[in-house]
Amino acid sequence: MRSERSRFELWFLALFALVILVILPGLNAFTSAASALHVSDFTINLYGKYLCYAVLAISVDLLWGYTGLLSLGQCLFFALGGYAFGMYLMLMIGKLGQYHSNLPDFMVFLGYPRLPAHWVPFRHFWFAALAVMWVPGLVAYIFGFLAFRSRIRGVYFSILTQALTYAACLMFFRNDFTFGGNNGLTDFKFVLGYDLRSAATQRVLYLLTGVLLFATYGFCRWLTSSKFGKVQRAIRDSENRVLFSGYSTPNFKLFVFVVCAVIAGLAGALYVPQVGIINPSEMATDKSLEVIVWVAVGGRGTLIGPIIGAIVVNAIKSWATRAFPDLWLFILGGMFILVVLFLPGGIVSLPERLGELARKFRRARAAVPEPVADSAEAKPAPEPDRT
Amino acid sequence: MNPLPRPILFLLLTLGLLTPRLLAGPGTEAEVRHDLVLTLLSHGPERHELLHQLARSGSKVAASVLTSWTRGEIYAYRTPGGKTIPVTLEEQEDAKGLARAIRIDTGAVLVDAKGKALKFDDSTLDTIDTDMRLRMDIQQAIDVLSLASPVPDERRSAAVKLGNSGKMAYLPYLEERLTEEKIADVRRTIEEAIATLKLGSSDPSVQIKAARNLARLNALGAVDVLTQFVANKSADPDALAAARIALRSIQEHISLVNFFGTLFRGVSLGSILLVVSLGLAITFGLMGVINMAHGEMIAVGAYTAYLVENIFGSGITLPFFGFGLHVPGLHATGSFYESNFIFAIPASFVTAAIAGLVLERLVIRFLYRRPLESLLATWGVSLVMQQGFRMVFGANNVQVDSPSWLLGHFSIDDVMFGYNRVFVVGFAIAIVLGTWLLLTKTPLGLLIRSVMQNRRMASCMGVRTDWVNMLTFAFGSGLAGLAGAFLSQIGNVGPSMGQTYIVDSFMVVVVGGVGSIVGTVYASLGMGSADQVLQQVLGSPVLGKIIVLCFIILFLQWKPGGLFATRSRNLD
Repeated sequence: MRSERSRFELWFLALFALVILVILPGLNAFTSAASALHVSDFTINLYGKYLCYAVLAISVDLLWGYTGLLSLGQCLFFALGGYAFGMYLMLMIGKLGQYHSNLPDFMVFLGYPRLPAHWVPFRHFWFAALAVMWVPGLVAYIFGFLAFRSRIRGVYFSILTQALTYAACLMFFRNDFTFGGNNGLTDFKFVLGYDLRSAATQRVLYLLTGVLLFATYGFCRWLTSSKFGKVQRAIRDSENRVLFSGYSTPNFKLFVFVVCAVIAGLAGALYVPQVGIINPSEMATDKSLEVIVWVAVGGRGTLIGPIIGAIVVNAIKSWATRAFPDLWLFILGGMFILVVLFLPGGIVSLPERLGELARKFRRARAAVPEPVADSAEAKPAPEPDRT
Repeated sequence: MNPLPRPILFLLLTLGLLTPRLLAGPGTEAEVRHDLVLTLLSHGPERHELLHQLARSGSKVAASVLTSWTRGEIYAYRTPGGKTIPVTLEEQEDAKGLARAIRIDTGAVLVDAKGKALKFDDSTLDTIDTDMRLRMDIQQAIDVLSLASPVPDERRSAAVKLGNSGKMAYLPYLEERLTEEKIADVRRTIEEAIATLKLGSSDPSVQIKAARNLARLNALGAVDVLTQFVANKSADPDALAAARIALRSIQEHISLVNFFGTLFRGVSLGSILLVVSLGLAITFGLMGVINMAHGEMIAVGAYTAYLVENIFGSGITLPFFGFGLHVPGLHATGSFYESNFIFAIPASFVTAAIAGLVLERLVIRFLYRRPLESLLATWGVSLVMQQGFRMVFGANNVQVDSPSWLLGHFSIDDVMFGYNRVFVVGFAIAIVLGTWLLLTKTPLGLLIRSVMQNRRMASCMGVRTDWVNMLTFAFGSGLAGLAGAFLSQIGNVGPSMGQTYIVDSFMVVVVGGVGSIVGTVYASLGMGSADQVLQQVLGSPVLGKIIVLCFIILFLQWKPGGLFATRSRNLD
């Protein structure tokens, strides 16, 4: 059963990779705009965004679905990666900004005499590319170290990550925090000398995002199917037992937390050049909760689920915010409530659930109904406490 | 301080025990108008004397007529009988540019023998002229007039103005007023003004006395004058020394006042946090349900207060999903209208409790064993509710007016206490006490505690745990509604108002120790004070908030269970 599903998942992914990495960019690059098969630059850009979200969703799933750590601050790491890369892009604008100064526009506007010291190294691409990983990683390490050491878990962990994100968000909103305050970083023009607004550059960024997604998927699949992954799931199901078996659960959790922060940072770094802006609202707490909706809708505890969830929910969002702008929050909220209450396994579990229902239906028609068994089934069996 | 605190005054006024007449100053309007006419028609030193007399009447009429006079808007009308009547012209002119005249002696419209209103062009009437000296005299009289105003606050601000004017000519008026003034607070301001003026005297001994007086009075308003005085090196050395001492003592007083002011603001902010988090302490602390829609329960309460206010007023038309629902109003006035907040408080509790009841039945009861999932589902609920508010009440913030008895402040030794802030402290105390009584002294409280301690055992003893859960959740939500009714008085009411408080209130509950009401009280007061003190020190509200949040994360390193951790042998 499990291997069958796994094989199905691989086939599905191969097909998905073919579409995402070959067909879509191919149709975008090699067909004329008039052709019926043409994929517009806008669509490529949109899918690039979705793929970034999918990577972010995998990082949330690795934490929540596999380790049982519900972090309400994953968008903080996403935004930190975005900011780190945005700083590089900001410095690449050069004298082409509004004020024709070497300084980024907002710094001229706010009256900075020269570039702050921590901005200087971001002139180099390699430094920014590394910062995209180590900045979120370091923040996650410090916070995780403190949180896991004092055995903050379950709901408390969630609330604390939310507070951390909230504090960071307030911080980034301040003008004197040297990251552009409210408006954030925007108006990017070049990356490594290539024009960001050209379709070719955007296509390459899109392809890189696709590669990152499949690399992340591959890495997480390898990690979760190794012995480490077993310990991870054991921590999710009963942390105390793992602890008493001699495993240092805080270290395991810290490792996963940092890895997920790095993945989120990478996703953020690729997100920023494609969207063209990064501002503090990206790290607001409700963004992180939205990511959790994607994972829950797609199906947590699987690696394919978050990818499906991120794309499906965002596609619905793109459509609904245009078609019914007033109703979008009703749809999002309602989707969330329904999934949590009635479909804890998400979309991925849908075929299985439907099969189960069909079997039950057949059995009920074949056998004489037993009232005693029915009433026992009506009450859900006590589930393991996952605090 | 006022002789009567404002709420009491308000009460007496509403009961009709005091009529405004008793509060009015000396001299009826008719007398003042008589004096005005005399002044306008007199000449030379007599006029000066009359002005002086008028200045003490404290009458608004006198002030406005004198102001018009300096502007050249008072005219002399000669009746056919040869009498002269001073008049002023109305601002409203008819098509021919003519305006009706108002008699200064009666305040009525000037009419001819047949009772028809006379109309004039301002060029056809003679103005009652003023010269430079007279205008200065009049201006002085106007300034002094408010010193005798029947309203203590006006007297106070007039004294401050005269004190800062630096004109020794006002000294006799101030001293005269001081002998008549009965209200201690105003007396102090007048004394301050006198001392401030005397500091500008040329006699060093007067200056020294003035500086000592300022120090004795802790005159906050005199800091600038004293600083200037100290900077002036040519002054008498003894007077300089006295001024320095006075300045230092006043500055010490200021820091003391700031300290207590900050403390009070901290306590009142803490009380707001407490009111907001108490409901959460019940649903999260006692029941273990993470209700992310708690903020929206607050908004339910606030919107209820808004509705109640409008029902007492002239009614309101709500957008209501684009249908335009009209809520009729009672068109209440006076103290009945002012009492709408009294009705809003229980109404907010009830609506929020009902909303909580529905939420519990529809969503939360399925999730008691899965706290993380309850967090997610209630977040979905919170999104739906926010959008619901937007569609029912409109996306913009709405304004809820405070009843007049919550406006204003009183001060003890220069520390200001706003009535609404004092009210929130009292309110917090009342609901904590109420909650405590409910939990410890009532049968329902007993049931609640038993279910929270051991659900299965309670169930075996015949407690209907389902019902108890429902009621507890409704109670917690109702408390949030109370908080909302209160917040509507001090902040904006809007669709996402709950989001402002949700992170803070979760922090309060976690720091206080989950499941401990006492912990919630301590944590909210502590967080409120820390926030205000840091704000004072750092000069930035946001930075203070960030530091408090970081401090909480570190605090939980030291005490992971919060201030008052519930002890248990259970590892999970």
